[in-house]
Amino acid sequence: MSPVHYVALSVILFVIGTVGVLVRRNAIVIFMCVELMLNACNLAFVAFASMHGNLDGQVIAFFVMVVAAAEVVVGLAILMAIYRARRSASVDDANLLKY
Amino acid sequence: MSHTLATGTNTDEVARETIFWILAIASISAALAMILVRRAVHCAMMLAVVMLALATMYAMQGAPFLAFVQIIVYTGAVLMLFLFVIMLIGISSEDSVTETIKGQRMAAGLVAIGFFVILILGIGHAALGPATPATAANGTNNLSGLATLIFTTYVFPFEVTGALLITAALGAMVLAHRERTTPRPTQRELAARRLESGHMAPDPSPGVYALHDAADRPALLPDGSTSDLSVSTTLAPRSVTDAPAIVRPQIEQEAISAESEREPTPSGRADA
Repeated sequence: MSPVHYVALSVILFVIGTVGVLVRRNAIVIFMCVELMLNACNLAFVAFASMHGNLDGQVIAFFVMVVAAAEVVVGLAILMAIYRARRSASVDDANLLKY
Repeated sequence: MSHTLATGTNTDEVARETIFWILAIASISAALAMILVRRAVHCAMMLAVVMLALATMYAMQGAPFLAFVQIIVYTGAVLMLFLFVIMLIGISSEDSVTETIKGQRMAAGLVAIGFFVILILGIGHAALGPATPATAANGTNNLSGLATLIFTTYVFPFEVTGALLITAALGAMVLAHRERTTPRPTQRELAARRLESGHMAPDPSPGVYALHDAADRPALLPDGSTSDLSVSTTLAPRSVTDAPAIVRPQIEQEAISAESEREPTPSGRADA
């Protein structure tokens, strides 16, 4: 299996994640779509690492995973704070800064 | 595992192709389902499918360590965190179907198609060669090769990542903290409040419409009649109290008189 296939698959997953972020209204689902995009990036990194025959891409994918975990922790805490204040997880309801 | 696969024979190659196509179809359909299903829990399940498929692909590409980290950290920790928050926010929370911005979905679709075309063109122009086995970079095995890289070349990013994790943990604690707006009542204050309220005994159980807290008085049903079931049957033979049948007219009368003067004497509940 050549790395091109893996990179193409990662492109498809990334675009699907982008559509999810643009279309969905639930903040949790948007977060999950961001996670999908990060996973797609990781797949591309690993594919490039296997193409070049070194491990740098795998190390970067490892770092992406760590950053994603930190992002999820803070993001979900923000989500909980917003939900406690506004009783809603929809991104349409958090519009106090609009205009 | 990865080394034998990377330098595999023709049958190995066929098996890997088969697995890749199965996983690719599974992950793409799961990702599509993720953005199409309404419920957040189903989204999380679909994301788990994608993550497990990607973990298998990492293993196929000579990254067994990343495959296990993907399963442990992503599928195990991050996804459970998502499910936990879904549980707190409400498992039945569904997305609204209405489009708040007119034509947003159409625009999102167009943007996605354009983005997809740009990315595919970029890949097409890039010189992507075949996979080369990472035997030299791996050293003895994949894990020690990764460890060597992380603790030599990438040691500074590694330290920065540690700082980031500590900051994230602190941030989550600050965000999840809830400030008390009123001072916590002490035991003395709680006792004084109970004395002031007039009845020291605990209130009757929920659903019991009792006029008195004593155990020998039957409960009043919503229509004003008494419930014999609410009094222990051993009380009547021991003649500790009137039998419920005798008590009933008296209780009904009390109920009628209590209707008119319920408000002023809450202390009347504690007698009997």
